[in-house]
Amino acid sequence: MTTNAATNVKARQRPGDRIFSSATVIAGSLILAMLAAVALFLLVESLPAFVAAPDDFSGDVTNFWSYVGPLVFGTIYSAILALLMAVPVAIGIALFISHFAPRKLAQGLGYLVDLLAAVPSVVFGLWGIGVLAPMVQPFYTTLVEWFGWFTPFQGPASGTGRTIFTVAIVLAVMILPIITAICREIFLQTPLLHEEAALALGATRWEMIRMAVLPFGLPGIISASMLGLGRALGETMAVAMVLSPSSEVIFQLFTAQNSNTIASNIALNFPEAHGVGVNILLATGLVLFVVTLLVNMLARVIINSRKAFSGAN
Amino acid sequence: MTSVLEASPLTNSLTAGKLPRRSSLWILLASWAVSAAFFAMLFLSGTVDGFNIVGTIVFGTVLYCVAIYVLSRLVEGSRKAKDRLMTALVTAAFIIALLPLVSIIYTTVVNGLPAFLTPTFFTSSQRNVVGAGGGVLHAVIGTLLVTGMATLISVPIGLLASIYLVEYGRGKLAKAITFFVDVMTGIPSIVAGLFAFALFALLFNDPGIRFGFGGAIALSVLMIPVVVRSSEEMLKLVPNELREAAFALGVPKWLTILKVVLPTSIAGIVTGVMLAIARVIGETAPLLIIAGFTSSMNYDLFGERMMTLPVFVYTQYANQGADSQAYVDRAWAAALTLIVIVMALNGLARLIAYWFSPKLGR
Repeated sequence: MTTNAATNVKARQRPGDRIFSSATVIAGSLILAMLAAVALFLLVESLPAFVAAPDDFSGDVTNFWSYVGPLVFGTIYSAILALLMAVPVAIGIALFISHFAPRKLAQGLGYLVDLLAAVPSVVFGLWGIGVLAPMVQPFYTTLVEWFGWFTPFQGPASGTGRTIFTVAIVLAVMILPIITAICREIFLQTPLLHEEAALALGATRWEMIRMAVLPFGLPGIISASMLGLGRALGETMAVAMVLSPSSEVIFQLFTAQNSNTIASNIALNFPEAHGVGVNILLATGLVLFVVTLLVNMLARVIINSRKAFSGAN
Repeated sequence: MTSVLEASPLTNSLTAGKLPRRSSLWILLASWAVSAAFFAMLFLSGTVDGFNIVGTIVFGTVLYCVAIYVLSRLVEGSRKAKDRLMTALVTAAFIIALLPLVSIIYTTVVNGLPAFLTPTFFTSSQRNVVGAGGGVLHAVIGTLLVTGMATLISVPIGLLASIYLVEYGRGKLAKAITFFVDVMTGIPSIVAGLFAFALFALLFNDPGIRFGFGGAIALSVLMIPVVVRSSEEMLKLVPNELREAAFALGVPKWLTILKVVLPTSIAGIVTGVMLAIARVIGETAPLLIIAGFTSSMNYDLFGERMMTLPVFVYTQYANQGADSQAYVDRAWAAALTLIVIVMALNGLARLIAYWFSPKLGR
């Protein structure tokens, strides 16, 4: 009797339980469905672009791929430049907050950096065009004068400062908070015993960081950089407002002609687009979606493989 | 014997070879003073117009890095010198990051205040306004409606999904959702706008569709992952003992979640939702695509174009009319409005988190 009862004990399924749990399952699946829908609808709407006639494109471009090529280049070029500037600074800030700043101040200082993430991108655009571009323009003139023989620095220098390099600076500022936040988390997860062991062996604080914190945090730094890259690739308004665009592949950093980015090209041309033009822009959006999705997925895979042995969870 | 002991060195070997306490602070102040003097001289001699404060800080900080390295190397040796240099560089990185923040807030306030303080700024729209005057009422209403709608869509879905992940989800579906939620936080905002456009253009068979509800859908795509992530973190913080105590009393699982788990974590969830709102309220690109822009009032989410604050900033800047200064002024004033809203949401969210959240170590 008793053994029978013990084996058969099972929670009674109440209707409330069933309704609630299925509601949560539906909500969860809805998110996956949404991601699939984003891909699907973009694909369906961009199909006409792949078979569009040559005269549907502006300029002397004849098919979709030669239209999107320079845009992809501009997108990746500006994002990589931004990343090169942002990552060292972000690592510095993360180290400052996690290991150098006084413990009591650290969290407050962290919020200060997070405030940068709260500034809307359109304000970054206004700032880039109104403050940053005029400020850095004299430097561009000087750099072009002195180092003009180096291809990326070739002139003539832009008179307004609205170049791809200025865009990269703005993008770097915009992606600082996310890279910093993730690096900070990772650095804080360094096993305390590793740090204390290094210090006990007589290491200075920097030697401790180089021996214990940085090797431990390396995968985290890489994936944080990739998440930052994803943000920089997709940033729209700041680029659309600051850059003075053209439709070619241009390596020069300081000239008035710059390769446009996909996102900025869409924002600039979408309000006036009609007919197949809309489909072409949607197709470039699909390309952007696929690129950022891959970058983000790779970053997340790296982060998740780290989680398993970080000891923090 | 005793005389030998008395002849021992007078300095303490443990503190020998160290720079005096607070020397780094004094060197930093000295470097800033030197570079300020340098730029002041440039200014007074008339070579440049205006005192360059950014140059002073940057140049002074570089000078400090060099000075502290050289001094420390002479007194303390190369290892300690490297440590000092890295400390200086890391601190400098932090200061560099603060420069744009300060600059942005300063320029926005200075450029935005004149138009911001105009009496009509919050009481009228841009309808029939050419040149100076007019206001952002239509954009504020649009932002409130679109963001409010996006919140109404995102919070239930996001919260339920996070409950699924924490309370029910085991196995492949939960893993996939966690992974793709993380991936979705990285979707470019403009892609969300294009998705909403593609969806409604196909549904209503209207290739030029623009309306506010589409903007709300686009913002939800961006907002849901943020809500899921933050709520998930908060639900995980609820101690298992509370759940077990409820189960032991015979409370059904769904009631345990509704009456025990959610009330315990509600402060954190509210904080997360507010941060998510703060994140999407400044989004421009998706609204530019699907909500469009107009200069008139529109209270109807389901019909006609709807102006929002970020798009207002952009269009005022991009489509300047004859009296271009008036348009730029309005752009800055609207940017100031936007920053004030976002900062207020952020500050409030942090305060709620600070007051109500469970305290954690480290």
